[in-house]
Parts: sequence; structure tokens; C-alpha cells
Amino acid sequence: MSGFVVRRLAQMVIVLFAVSVLTFLIFNVIPNGDPAVRMAGKSPTESQVEAIREEWGFDRSLPVQYVETMRNVLGGEAISYFTQLNVRDQIVEGIPRTFALAAGAAILWMLGGIALGLLAASRAGSKVDRAITVVALSGISLPAFWLGALLNYYLGFKLGLFPNGGYVPFTEDPLDWAYHLILPCTTLAILFVGFYSRVLRANLLETMGEDYVRTARAKGLPQRQVMRGHVLRNSMIPIVTLWGLDFGAVVAGGAILVETVFDIGGVGQYAADSVGQLDVPPVLAVTLFGAFFIVVLSTVVDILYAALDPRIRVTG
Amino acid sequence: MSDPLLSIRDLAVSFPTEEGVAQAVEGVSLELGAGEVLALVGESGCGKSVSALSVLGLEPGSAQVSGSACYGSAELIGASAEDLARIRGAEIAMVFQDPLSALNPVVRVGDQIAEQIAAHGDAGRSEARERAVELLRRVGIPQPEDRARAYPHELSGGMRQRVMIAMAISCSPRVLIADEPTTALDVTVQAQILDLIRELRDETGAGVLLVTHDLGVVAELADRVAVMYAGRIVEQGTVDEIFEDPQHPYTWGLLGAIPRLDRPRPARLPAVAGAPPALASKPTGCHFRPRCPHAFEQCVEVPPLAHRGGGADQVDRCWLAADAKRELREVDGQFGLAGAAEAR
Repeated sequence: MSGFVVRRLAQMVIVLFAVSVLTFLIFNVIPNGDPAVRMAGKSPTESQVEAIREEWGFDRSLPVQYVETMRNVLGGEAISYFTQLNVRDQIVEGIPRTFALAAGAAILWMLGGIALGLLAASRAGSKVDRAITVVALSGISLPAFWLGALLNYYLGFKLGLFPNGGYVPFTEDPLDWAYHLILPCTTLAILFVGFYSRVLRANLLETMGEDYVRTARAKGLPQRQVMRGHVLRNSMIPIVTLWGLDFGAVVAGGAILVETVFDIGGVGQYAADSVGQLDVPPVLAVTLFGAFFIVVLSTVVDILYAALDPRIRVTG
Repeated sequence: MSDPLLSIRDLAVSFPTEEGVAQAVEGVSLELGAGEVLALVGESGCGKSVSALSVLGLEPGSAQVSGSACYGSAELIGASAEDLARIRGAEIAMVFQDPLSALNPVVRVGDQIAEQIAAHGDAGRSEARERAVELLRRVGIPQPEDRARAYPHELSGGMRQRVMIAMAISCSPRVLIADEPTTALDVTVQAQILDLIRELRDETGAGVLLVTHDLGVVAELADRVAVMYAGRIVEQGTVDEIFEDPQHPYTWGLLGAIPRLDRPRPARLPAVAGAPPALASKPTGCHFRPRCPHAFEQCVEVPPLAHRGGGADQVDRCWLAADAKRELREVDGQFGLAGAAEAR
């Protein structure tokens, strides 16, 4: 177990290194990516650009620039090229917003997925089942920015049932915080709930055909207990691990569109803004944050999987 | 026999398939008495397992079941889910073929037993757990306290089947249905499991319906035998009658396929020539007709199950006269059924 964690930590270092080098290189080969030219403003003179280049160290070799940038990013001293704001402060401010959005949505899509999956599997082949399939596929297919914008416009702006985007910190007003999160969480959840209900439905139907479910019935357990204790329990194992991975993916950038549409101001929105400006330090920092979070969560998921299914052993 | 514990009458099971309706079981009737081991034997797909499963309403969902299966005065076929749940596990318990897939892989075996005890009585959680440990001890599992906390994959195949048996006897059922209980096990373990089933039968007086394709197991454990072919019982009798004086060509074909230690080993093991018919397109009349070297005109009609020869309790479904059977069996016995068919 400890060997497993150590090995995963070593893997994480390698992953983070590779991700950071790739991100750094990509932003250096992008056309029009020269930060000095972009920072110098409209029609600068050659000497102005040169001065910026020297001041910010863009004239040095790429490896040197990479090491310098990474030192700043990891040390929490990186400064945005364009807003001149400290990158770490921006991310720290965004994290609770992104987490609140992701956690709220994850709970919603899990509960919705279980309810719809159970309903669909218990009436497999019926009209209800087919209706759920249609709903699920619509949810999977809807673009987040379109659905989010639509909900925001009609329910938020037109009807005034919900705030028109924005975020209120929990510490300021917990009720208002939740109120502001309802629409964005729902939007994000709708994108996942269809997929989860489909996966659970398939798992349930497969599990119902297992020999041990027949054994459970042969034991004379009431139908409810067979479903809860054997069918649902075993069907949920892959769903729970999927949930962990999806939560990680959402925190690590999957919520960019929803955050932007609802103006949450989380890490995803920060990433989107920074990428738009080809602002290397925040992009690097956000990418590393995302990669770090995904590696950590996939490790947690692996450990969780072993806890849920004793046949799986975590070995280092 | 005094009043049977379980009596099955005209049980029929069919499945809708793309090739038409598959008649897996057609008109099976059986009676099982207390303390008796009745073996239901036949090849894979002859309908023996489905017959046993449908007694408890455990047949696959697409199956159509008709006929009757009475436990005492209770009709099981078509009984409500609640009524069936009360009888399953408590009055009639099952042991399945592959204990690895028949046990829930993510639940501790002790809990799987305790769950059944709790479902059929007012034992609390801890009491049910204690009883589960006692049962594990009873079926010969060493260190039952530790093993109760094990998951199925942590036990050997024989241990797992002992767990299944402990589970089956946990509520002292009057009838035990064992569906190929030793098929998935090593030979030495098979013998232990058979001994255990016999011991429990002697101890509890339960009736055992033993579903198997293994005639060695039948000889070892059964009192009576019903031989099934393509969904019908073709011959039934006591184990001695069936083994000594088989009346149906299929039965003696099966018996002839057992390699014998007391005879020279043939170059090829004898087998019953041909393959069983597809369930959706069985031949009319006697289903064994196309594979039978002795088939004649009358075989296009279905022979009723009747006493035609052999021991007093023996019934069969073959039109041949009893003395003709004896002669033909001798010929077949020399060559095996396959050899006889080729020789003609």
C-alpha cells in the first residue's frame, strides 16, 4: 500500500514534468505568441520590444526560460504577463469556486444517474426506458455553453428565478452562495447524468444476470434486499470509480465552459482567459494544478476501488 | 413411497428463440421423498437444470413455465414472489454448480450466510453471524471464525462449495436441490463434498434432488435416478435397476460410455453417436430416434413413460420389447452404441 503510494508519487512527478514541458513548448511555438510583442502594446518600436524582452528574460534560451518560469510557478511567484497579478493568488481565489461547482454538480449527476439508471433498468425495454434513453442522449449531446446560456437567459435573466450568473463566497452568505450555484451545477450535471444513467443501467442489467444474484433469490431474500444488497451494490463499484475520475476532470478544467457562461470566476475561467491571452505563467500553473489533481484523484480512485472490490489488490 | 415432500407434475419450460420456441422441458414428473436422493441425469442442455430451477421460480426471465410443483400443499409454479421467498432457502434450498460465481464476490462469506438466516427468522445480526460460524464449522471448514470474514476468492473451490452448502442448510430445509454440486471441483474434493451431502441428508432427513451429468456421482449418492433426454424423462428407476438393467437405449449408451477398470481399455472411448437435437427443432415421436441404432416404425410416436421391463419400480420411454432390449443391449455392450450403429 505505501509502496503503491510512493510509486504513484514518482509517476506524478514525471507526469507533471512532461505536462509542463509540453505546455511551455506549445505556447512558445504558437504563431504570434511572442509575449514581448504582445506586451508592448499597439505599434511599438523595436527598441521597446527589445527592452521588454530583456526585462522579462524572453531573450534567454528556452531551457533557461523554462526553468525560471517553473521556479516562479512552483514558488508561487509567477506573475501574469498581462494583468501583472500574482498567479497563485488568482488560483487560490478560484479553487473554492471551482470545487463548489464541481462538487455540487457531481452530487446532482450521481443522484440523478442512480435514479434514472434504476428506473430504466427495472423497466428495460419499456417506453419509460426508451424515454430515459432519449433524455440521457440529449444531455450527453447538449453543448455546455449553449445549455448554460439558455438556462441563464430564460431562468435567470428573463424570469428572474435565479441570479444572472456570478458567485457569492460561502463565508459571505451561505444561502446566496447556494442560490448562485443552482443553475451552473444543474447545467454541468445535465451533461453527465445521461451518461451515468446509461452506464448504471447497463451494469444493473448485467449484474441481474449474475449467478450470485440468482443465489440471493434462491436464499429467499426479499426482492428489495436482492436489489439493494447484491445488484445495486455490485453495479455501483465501477460507477463510484468513474465518479472520482470525472470529478477530477471537472475540477481540472472540465468546467471551463460552464464557469465562463455563469461567470463563476473559478480556476477554469481563469484558464480560459489566460489561454485566450497566450499568458504562459497562469496557463502553466493551471495546467499543473489540473494534472496534479487528476493524478491524485486517480490514485484515490484506485485505492477506493480496492476497498470496494476485495478481489482487486493494490500492489506497489 | 409415503407422501412425497416435493412432487412435480407435467412440468414444461419453453424459451422463445429466433428459430422458434425451444421446448427445454416437456412434461417432467418427479416425486421426491424425505431422506431420499433422487438424481436427475442427462447431457448438457437436456433440461435437467432448468427443471430444477423452475421448481423455485429461478428459471431465466424469458422462460415460460407450466405444470405443477407442489411442496406439501403449496403450489410453487406461478406462486407470488412473497410466497416463493418464504419457501426459498427456508424449506427448499439450492446448491449451485460453480460456487465462485454463485457467491457474491464483494461480500464476506459469513455475511452471505447470515443474510439468509436473518431473512427467515427473527435472529438479529450478531446471532445470525454466530450461527453462520457454527454452520461453517459443521460443514468442515477449519477456523470458521476467520473464514467467515473471508471473501469467496480467498477460499479454495472445495471451501467455497462447503460455504454454499452451509448456506443451503442454514435454515434446515426439507428439500435440497443440488445443481451439479461437484462439477466445478477437483476429483478428490468432489468425493468430500458428496460425503458431506450424504452426511447432511442422513442427519436432517432432507430430500435431495441431485442434478448431474456425472454417473459416478449418481452411483455414489443417489437412491433413485431419472434419466432425461431432450427435455423428457426417458427412464426412471432405483439406482441399482438403472445401472444393472437399463431399459432405454440412451441409458445403456450413457452407461456404456463410462470407461471401466475391469475391462480392457478400448482404443477409443465409446460414445453415444450423434448429438442431441436443437431444442427448437426436435424430432417428432421419440426424441432419441435419430441417434438410436434400434429405431423402428413405431418410434415416430411418443412412447409413454411406462413399466415395460427391468425392476419393479422401473419405467421407460422405449417401444422395444423387454427381451429385444436385453439382446440389443448385449450387442451394444460389446461395441458401444457408436460401434453398433456403424456395424449395421
